[in-house]
Amino acid sequence: METSTIGAVRLPAAARRTTLRKLMRRKSSIAFLLTLPLITIIAALVLYPAFYSIHLATLNKSMEHFIGFGNFEFLFKRDTFWMVVRQSVVFAVSAVFFKALIGFCVAHFVHNIPAKGQRKWRGMLLVPWVIPPAMSTLAWLWLFDPSYSAFNWTLEHIGLARVSWLGDPNWARFAVILVNVWVGAPFFMIMYLAALKSVPEQLYEAAAIDGANWWQKLWYITLPMMRNVIAITALFSLIVTFANFDIVRILTSGGPVDQTHVFATWAFKVGIEGSDLPLGASISLFMFPILAIAAILILRDISRRGTEA
Amino acid sequence: MAARLGSIEGDRRKAMIWSYFFLVIFVVFFLTPPVYMLITSLKSNAEISAAVSPWWVMHPTLENYRELLTSSTYLTFFRNSAIVSVAVVLITMAVSIPAAFALSRMKFWGSATLATGVFLTYLIPETLLFIPLFKIFVFIDELTGIELVNHWWVLVILYPTLTVPFCTWLMIGYFSSIPRELDEAALIDGAGYLQILTKVFIPVALPGIIAATIFAFTVSWAQFLYPLAFITSADQLVLPVGIITTLVRGDVFTWGQIMTGALLGAAPPLIIYAFLMDYYIAGLTAGATKG
Amino acid sequence: MAQVTLRKVVKNYEGTPAVRGIDLDIADKEFVVLVGPSGCGKSTTLRMIAGLEDITDGEVMIGGEVVNDVPPKDRNIAMVFQNYALYPHMTVYENMSFGLRLKRVARDEIARRVENAARILDIGELLQRKPKQLSGGQRQRVAMGRAIVRDPKVFLFDEPLSNLDAKLRVQMRTEIKKVVQKVRTTTVYVTHDQIEAMTLADRVVVMNAGRIEQVGTPNDLYHAPATRFVAGFIGSPAMNFLPCTLESATGGLQLRLTDALAFPVPQARIDRYRPHQSKPVLLLGLRPEHITDQRFGATANQHAFDVRIDVIEPMGIDTLVHFRVNGTEVCGRVAPATKGEPGGSMPLFADLDHMHLIEGESGRVL
Repeated sequence: METSTIGAVRLPAAARRTTLRKLMRRKSSIAFLLTLPLITIIAALVLYPAFYSIHLATLNKSMEHFIGFGNFEFLFKRDTFWMVVRQSVVFAVSAVFFKALIGFCVAHFVHNIPAKGQRKWRGMLLVPWVIPPAMSTLAWLWLFDPSYSAFNWTLEHIGLARVSWLGDPNWARFAVILVNVWVGAPFFMIMYLAALKSVPEQLYEAAAIDGANWWQKLWYITLPMMRNVIAITALFSLIVTFANFDIVRILTSGGPVDQTHVFATWAFKVGIEGSDLPLGASISLFMFPILAIAAILILRDISRRGTEA
Repeated sequence: MAARLGSIEGDRRKAMIWSYFFLVIFVVFFLTPPVYMLITSLKSNAEISAAVSPWWVMHPTLENYRELLTSSTYLTFFRNSAIVSVAVVLITMAVSIPAAFALSRMKFWGSATLATGVFLTYLIPETLLFIPLFKIFVFIDELTGIELVNHWWVLVILYPTLTVPFCTWLMIGYFSSIPRELDEAALIDGAGYLQILTKVFIPVALPGIIAATIFAFTVSWAQFLYPLAFITSADQLVLPVGIITTLVRGDVFTWGQIMTGALLGAAPPLIIYAFLMDYYIAGLTAGATKG
Repeated sequence: MAQVTLRKVVKNYEGTPAVRGIDLDIADKEFVVLVGPSGCGKSTTLRMIAGLEDITDGEVMIGGEVVNDVPPKDRNIAMVFQNYALYPHMTVYENMSFGLRLKRVARDEIARRVENAARILDIGELLQRKPKQLSGGQRQRVAMGRAIVRDPKVFLFDEPLSNLDAKLRVQMRTEIKKVVQKVRTTTVYVTHDQIEAMTLADRVVVMNAGRIEQVGTPNDLYHAPATRFVAGFIGSPAMNFLPCTLESATGGLQLRLTDALAFPVPQARIDRYRPHQSKPVLLLGLRPEHITDQRFGATANQHAFDVRIDVIEPMGIDTLVHFRVNGTEVCGRVAPATKGEPGGSMPLFADLDHMHLIEGESGRVL
């Protein structure tokens, strides 16, 4: 029987039982106390608000009356809402896809160069992730500026036409995705690099003897061995990208004409700027189903990996 | 002895050359914005408006830096960011380390569920919570008069929700990897649980603690949504929001100053990263590989 | 025909030599073991034969053709790795058939070959399992199965038993020998364990610091080592080396070990050793099994002497006696029933018919 042995002394059987029981209780009460701040923070500032938002979404704008699904009905009828849904999904899926792709390729490139140099390159490549997104988005805003864009200057110099990066809806969406990919790809690269390094070199040698060329090695060995990391990183990123606020807000504020709004920015605009908190809450809540599915998938994957090891 | 390029080494060398080629391309892609920030920050307003050559500084000037570093508004932002971040780091560590210790070492009823639960809360984004939190804080403010809106300490209350779950989970991973024999040796040597924590765990798990500290600091420093939603007065603002709201006067963007402000604002995380890169990366990858 | 020939093969890693020019001829269907301490270049040599390392200089020929620039998959070889290198996400069947699937071999042919190999190795019921469900010995057999299925010209083994515990190692050693006898293919086997080398090989190649010290049958190496390194490497417990000088004595020569102890040189060797009488540094090499307490038949060349015991190690089949001669530690093997205590004395016999005289500076056995 596993017991704490702090100051355990040999006592007669009955006394030993009660002392032991007291010790056990002490250990779990200490443990509970140690986790209490954590539980409090999560309960009060995460769980409670999460549930409260559901209640909030059922109130009217001045938060005096209960209107049930009124907010939701209102949203479903609005074109902007469906545009936001489509944008959020397209934005999240394409951004995560490109981040994963670029991250995977760059991880391979770093993996292929001699170990001594890898650190330098890795260091440089992670910079977009380290800079606070708010600051780097400002830089991109400046790079995309309607009048002074350095990109447009370069385009004109090589004979191509200027692009209205943030004015044209399609280019604006492209810009938002581009910045998100720029910020997030290094994170994927780091994760994939760690996973690449954990594949034993001998597997590749055995495959070389078995006759595999480079893409067969990639397909039959690298990808299957990295499957877990690829899945988890993608799911994490899907959640974070889906709920992204900073980039859209700074780059386009959701414009032009609401064409780049995602759930987070539109909820902010409606809820805080528009002073309609319940409606904002309802918008935010739509993120929940997707997040829940992603979370369940991650959980399942983690527990599967736990038993596999 | 001449080395004959056989299949293996020849292939490796080709792969290496192509890799360097693409790496250069990607480094250019990744480093262009920060480099451009630097270039712009060294330009005077006149040079920016003239727009002769965006990619190069003709007449570098430190005017922007001088102005910002003597501007009390900017320095207030910096100070607020620093205070908030440091405070949040301390709170996070004070909450996460004991909790992680309890969850990884002291098996009690519900510890496994709690550990998973902690991890799950990390997946609830701030963009879901900011509206109800806003309402709750406004409500408490009106009810009790405790000012929970428009003050920098509000952020100190809010940010731990972002940092504590992940840091706890990170520390659980590090603590779990410490062999139990170490506890047992300490117990035999006569240590109590608190001493085991301070004299054995924390020193051995120091890399993880450093990684978690860096994470907490970086997240706090970079936070944008909460300050934007909860704070409006300039003297309470933190850097990310401050730069945008005060340096953009109406329709006039003083880009030289904005870029300088952004660069200086990005400096602390970058400096920490430059010196503690391995811990920084360890904090990230622990997420995926420690499961 | 699947002979393997190495001509003046050299391997340098960024200027550091790992293999310094070796010549080796392996006959078709021969089982050759490369043995030596860590860092001697045996694994590097094997990997050069496999094509996993480039050859800095020299030639490697398989089946009479130079294969220096031929990639591993075209050399018709198969390799068993120390860590098995089984694909963890594939079943045993898929692991064994991977190479054939890449070559687009017909499915029934694959099945035939895999089942044949599985029968030889007795892993038929494991075919649908994944590597993590197998024990170490089973994984080793699957790794061998993967090699057999390829029907190669040469089998290459890279320290396949080093990861197994002692008991399993002995078992698997016998398994490997059985399998190789059934399959009858040229085999090159690398190990650091000289017992494996002695029990498995047709011929043993002893390597040290990138060079070949000696090539020979296990018996040759045991009874007639060419250098001090080989003499000390082969045989366990290792051969004893006692510094001595060669001096004249009544009737011939004798080896003086201490002021009080001298061994007479057997008559048959006197002429051979006489020219070396003036050499200042000589070593007497004598295996523990030749320092014992019984007489091997009656030859005149068993010399009796007394020793003071340091340590006694009963091993069941023998007892090892450790003692010192002039500061050098020496080990002898006596019958298990022989009584002795540390500090006590014991009469022993040195069987000088099996002695080796070694030149101290060059390490050459005279």
